[in-house]
Amino acid sequence: MRTRWLIAALLLCLLATGCTGDGDGSDDGRVTLRFQSLAWQEESVEANKDLVAEWNATHPDVKVEYVQGTWDSVHDQLLTSFEGGEAPDIIHDASDDLADFAYGGYLADLRELLPERLKSDIPQHSWETTTFGDGIYGVPFLQEPRVLIANATWLRESGVRIPTPDDPWTWEEFREVAEELSGDGKYGVAWPLKEPVSATLNLSLSAGGQLFQRDADGKVEVRFEAADAVVPKTVHDEVNTDESASSTTLGMSGSDTLPGFFGGKYAMVPLGFSYRQQIVQQAPKGFDWQVLPAPAGADGLAQGVSPQTLSIAEDSPHKEEAAQFVDFLLRPENMVRLALGDWMLPTGTEALKDPALRTTEHDWATGTALAEHLRSAPAQSIRGYPEWKDKVATPAYQEYYSGAIDLDELRERLEEDGNLVLARYQR
Amino acid sequence: MRTSRTVRLGQYVALLAYLVFLAFPFLWLISTAFKPARELGSLHPTWIPQNPTLANFRQAFDEQPLLDAALNSLVAALGAAVVAVLIATPMAYVMARHRTTLSRMATGWVVVSQAFPFVLVIIPLFLVLKNLRLINSVPGLIMVYVVWALPFALWMLVGYVRAVPAELEEAAAVDGAGKVRTLVSVTAPLLAPGIVATALFAFITAWNEFFFALVLLKTPEKQTLPVVLTHFIGAEGVADLGPLAAAAFLATLPSLVVFAIIQKRITGGMLAGAVKS
Repeated sequence: MRTRWLIAALLLCLLATGCTGDGDGSDDGRVTLRFQSLAWQEESVEANKDLVAEWNATHPDVKVEYVQGTWDSVHDQLLTSFEGGEAPDIIHDASDDLADFAYGGYLADLRELLPERLKSDIPQHSWETTTFGDGIYGVPFLQEPRVLIANATWLRESGVRIPTPDDPWTWEEFREVAEELSGDGKYGVAWPLKEPVSATLNLSLSAGGQLFQRDADGKVEVRFEAADAVVPKTVHDEVNTDESASSTTLGMSGSDTLPGFFGGKYAMVPLGFSYRQQIVQQAPKGFDWQVLPAPAGADGLAQGVSPQTLSIAEDSPHKEEAAQFVDFLLRPENMVRLALGDWMLPTGTEALKDPALRTTEHDWATGTALAEHLRSAPAQSIRGYPEWKDKVATPAYQEYYSGAIDLDELRERLEEDGNLVLARYQR
Repeated sequence: MRTSRTVRLGQYVALLAYLVFLAFPFLWLISTAFKPARELGSLHPTWIPQNPTLANFRQAFDEQPLLDAALNSLVAALGAAVVAVLIATPMAYVMARHRTTLSRMATGWVVVSQAFPFVLVIIPLFLVLKNLRLINSVPGLIMVYVVWALPFALWMLVGYVRAVPAELEEAAAVDGAGKVRTLVSVTAPLLAPGIVATALFAFITAWNEFFFALVLLKTPEKQTLPVVLTHFIGAEGVADLGPLAAAAFLATLPSLVVFAIIQKRITGGMLAGAVKS
């Protein structure tokens, strides 16, 4: 009997713990802003929390609460919060996730809110990633190019020319080098293409590929032209003709390819610039690696990116204070701290000049040299893109890369099936 | 008829293979939790960590409020299990013993309600809870978990009630027991295994639930374990694998402990009275 009473008392205590108030009380008339950050790596979370603490210490009238969000399901979580009128004031997200929120009227147009300093610090091509219609709905602040992470010893011993941002490989040269590095069950390159669409489209900008063509009426059409075929054909031929790229990695994520890379199965892996952190943590002692620029095409080293962004909720009653906090967070010295924490590049031109981002350690300098070539990802402002990507493009590219269909069929599916999907969004 | 030794051996081998298949992900999780970062990137991973470390556990606790989150999860899961069982048991009894059109319709509704996906209900649910001022509160989350678990819990319990012979209740009535006495002294003890199994189902469902907790709880100190675990995962699915495995391993322990304690009661209750002693 005593045990039963103890259990009942324990249950009551536990429930009482959960039933306490939600702590949303007013703060002596001070403005309180909620900042939802998606930072997740230890250094990045620390940088964000430190900056919030510094703001709170110097701005007694405007308190910022740090709310830890998560990249997983962020779109659904934000959509529900917007609909329920409970969205955070300042929202960390990525530019390719903003279109629905911007067109849906959930985000504030920042053109009149942001100071001139911040507007002029970030280049126009970065602002284009967060421009939807006539408005700007986010401040792009961190971005990463896709680079080739290479086994430096392997490359050195093979005697191939080592590319630099000033003298990169062409796509043809890259294919030749990959073939030269292959043999004896080893591959010159491993393409982690679990998500093949954004990787292909973003890299295709280097060859001049646009894929989505907008006519005078503003209507968008998929047209798979010669420039759009350069990157897909290179990958396809490396896997299926030259056998210089592993077919097994086509379904893998970037992280999945690292054991094979460390184990000497692949000489190069195309990955996001921030993967360097994982490589530093996981590479065997003495493993010599280096960052190389992705191959260049007719448009040089151009490639598409979807930067991380800071937005302000349209429903926020304190938009001006929120904009002041965003300005504080993105001062050049603070942007550098955020960039170092995430192992990514800042968009701000002043921040990019910081010596910490121009060092050869962990090849920061190579990435920084690529920053000027980064453009808005071609697809991110296209309405209906997520459905086109999931239903048409992903299976089509996967089948093409695995050799199940040829280039003509890939073109036919992307254009014919794809335009049917897009048409529904443009009526 | 006796089973031959060969057949019996084959049965044990099949059972062992099945157990290994079920245990594989959990054993791999434990192995990963104790591996240093360099071993996680090895092309030839080993079951037993070569240089076992507790660093992943330290990092997991340093970076995230795991204990607070575990307490929140425990409150939500226990609350959901208790309330769901308290509501579902009398409902199930009525539905099983009084087969009217209403109870048949209720059973149909239970089945249909299982077909609604999370995303369909989340926005209306959010608005309802907001009007009730239950956003960002664990009681609000418990309410959602109860509603979400109730149809299946009801369905489970109806089956258990039907398995209890009505003749036992009739015999008690003949012996002079009133309705309440019959329910308390005859039916309830026989239903105990079913009630425990249903509570366990509601507990584990709530303990593992992620999406409602993500959307309904705003402040970090209210978040539950599944939400906190995703803080080890970044954009494009890149994960901090060591601390994630360490935290996930710790998150599975309470479920295992609860199941280990309750399992005896489930099987004990099922077997009680099966044979005459």
